[in-house]
Amino acid sequence: MENLAWYILDAMLIIALIGLAWLTLTNHNLRQAIIFFIAFGLLLALVWFRLAAPDVALAEAAIGAGLSGALFLTSLSQQKQTNKKDDPLKTTSTKFFDSFQNQFLNLLFVILALVFSAAFVFALMEADPDRLSPTVLMNLEQTGVSNPVTGVLLDFRAYDTMLELAVLLSAALGIMALGPVKTHYYPSGDMLSSLSQWLVPILILFSGYILWAGAHSPGGAFQAGALLAAAGVVLNLTGDRQVKLPNYWLLRGLTIGGIAGFLIIGLLLMLSGRAFLDFPSQWSGTLILFIESFATLSISIILLIAFQSGEPQEWEHESKKLALKNTAGKTKIKGKTLC
Amino acid sequence: MLSTQLIYGIAGIVLFVLSLRVAFSTELFLRQVLAINVAGAGLFLTLLSVAFKGLEQPADPIPQALVLTGIVVAFSATALALALGKKLAENSPDER
Amino acid sequence: MMINILAAFFIFFGLVFFIIGSIGLLRLPDLYSRLHALTKIDNLGLGLLLIGLVLFSADLIIAIKLFLVWFLVLASSAISSHLIAQRARRKERGIWKI
Repeated sequence: MENLAWYILDAMLIIALIGLAWLTLTNHNLRQAIIFFIAFGLLLALVWFRLAAPDVALAEAAIGAGLSGALFLTSLSQQKQTNKKDDPLKTTSTKFFDSFQNQFLNLLFVILALVFSAAFVFALMEADPDRLSPTVLMNLEQTGVSNPVTGVLLDFRAYDTMLELAVLLSAALGIMALGPVKTHYYPSGDMLSSLSQWLVPILILFSGYILWAGAHSPGGAFQAGALLAAAGVVLNLTGDRQVKLPNYWLLRGLTIGGIAGFLIIGLLLMLSGRAFLDFPSQWSGTLILFIESFATLSISIILLIAFQSGEPQEWEHESKKLALKNTAGKTKIKGKTLC
Repeated sequence: MLSTQLIYGIAGIVLFVLSLRVAFSTELFLRQVLAINVAGAGLFLTLLSVAFKGLEQPADPIPQALVLTGIVVAFSATALALALGKKLAENSPDER
Repeated sequence: MMINILAAFFIFFGLVFFIIGSIGLLRLPDLYSRLHALTKIDNLGLGLLLIGLVLFSADLIIAIKLFLVWFLVLASSAISSHLIAQRARRKERGIWKI
C-alpha cells in the first residue's frame, strides 16, 4: 500500500514535469516560456529531493531555477525589436505535424527515444548496481567530512572540481570579453529597496552557514556561491548607486581565487612530498573548508558576471560618465556602451 | 534495478529527446537555448535515477557530484551563449 | 498517534488552501484578483502546512527553521506582489516609461 502512494507521487511528478517542459518549449510567448521554465526548475528540485539527492536539489533551486530564470528574463528584456512586424512573440510557428519533413523528424526522434530507452533498460538490468559507491562510503572518514557528496567533490574527485572552476573562469572570461555591462537599472522605489535591505544580509549569512554545513549535511561550496550570487543579483537590481560591487582588482582576484586555492594547496602538498591534491587525513577537513571558501567567493563572482552579461563597471566610473554626459547637454540615460 | 529508477530514467530520456526535437526546429535563439537547458535537465534526471537506491540505502554519491558540477557548468554555458547571441544580434540585426 | 492525526489535519487544510489559490489563479479574470488569490497560498496554505510539519517533527530547532522559512516566503511574496501590481498599474495608466 505504501508502494502505491509512492507510485502515485512519482506518476504525478513525472506528468507535471513533462507537461511543464512541453509548455516551456512550445509557447508562442517567450516570457511565458521562461516563467514556465522557472516552474520546471523548481519542480525538478522537488524531484531531486524525492530521489534522495538534497545537495543537487539545493543547487538546482538556486542556480537552475533562480539564476537561470533571471538570466533568461534579462536577456529577453534586452532584445531590441527593430521591426514591429517581426515581433518574435507573434510570428513564431510551433507546429510540429504539418509538413512531411516535420513528420519525418518526429519519427526519427521517436526511434531515437526508443533506442535510448532500450539501452537504458538493458544497462540497468545487466550492469553492476553498486559501481564505486561502497568504496566511497567505506573510505569516507579519510576525507574528514561526513557528507559523501562533499567528500567526492572535494577529495576523491578534486581534479574534476578544479577543472570545473577553470571552465567557469573561461566562461566568465568569454562573457567579459564581449564588452562592458550595458544594462544599468534605475534606482528602485521603496519596495525593492526595503526587500534588499533585509534580504541581502540574510543571504550572506545563509551562504556562510551552508558552506560550513556542507561538511556534515547537504550543502557545500556551489550552493553557498549561488546564494551569494543571488545577493549580488538583488543588489544589482535595486540600481543603487551607493552600492559598491567589487572594484577592479578585487573582482579579478576573487574570480581566480577558486582555482588559485586549488593550485596553491596542490603545489604546497607536492613540495612537502605528497602527490598533487593528496590531502593528509588529519588535515583533510580543514583543507577542504579552506579550498571551499575560496571556491564559494569565486563561484559567486563568476555567476554574478554571468548574470550581468558583461564586464562589471564601477559605479563611480559610471557616475562620472553620467556627469560628463549631463554637462554635454544630453540628459537621457540610455544603456549604450561608452568605451 | 528498482522501478523508480526505471520510470525516472525513461522520463529523463523523453525530456531529452523532446527538447532536442524542439531545439532543431525552432528559429528563435532564446528558445533554442531554453530547449538545450531542458535537455540537460533530462540528462541529469536519467543520471540521478541511476544513483537512487531506495530509501533505506544511501544513494550513490558519484553521479550526484557529477550532476552538481553539471548544473553549474550548464548555467555558465547558457550565460556565455546568451551573451554571444546578443552580440551577434547587435552586429547583424537582420539575421536573428 | 494523536499528534500525527492532528498534523495530518493541518497539512490537509494547508493543501486545501493551495488548491483554492491555484483555482483562483486559473479562473479569476484580472491580474489584481489573481495576486489576491496567490497570497492565500503563501499565508494560510504554507502556514497551516508548516504547523502540521512542526507537530509531525516535534523538535524545537526544526520548528524555528520552518517558521523562518514561512517568514521569508511571506515577506518576499508580499513585496513581489506589490511590485507586480505597481507595474501593472503604471502600464495601465500609460505612465510606464521604465
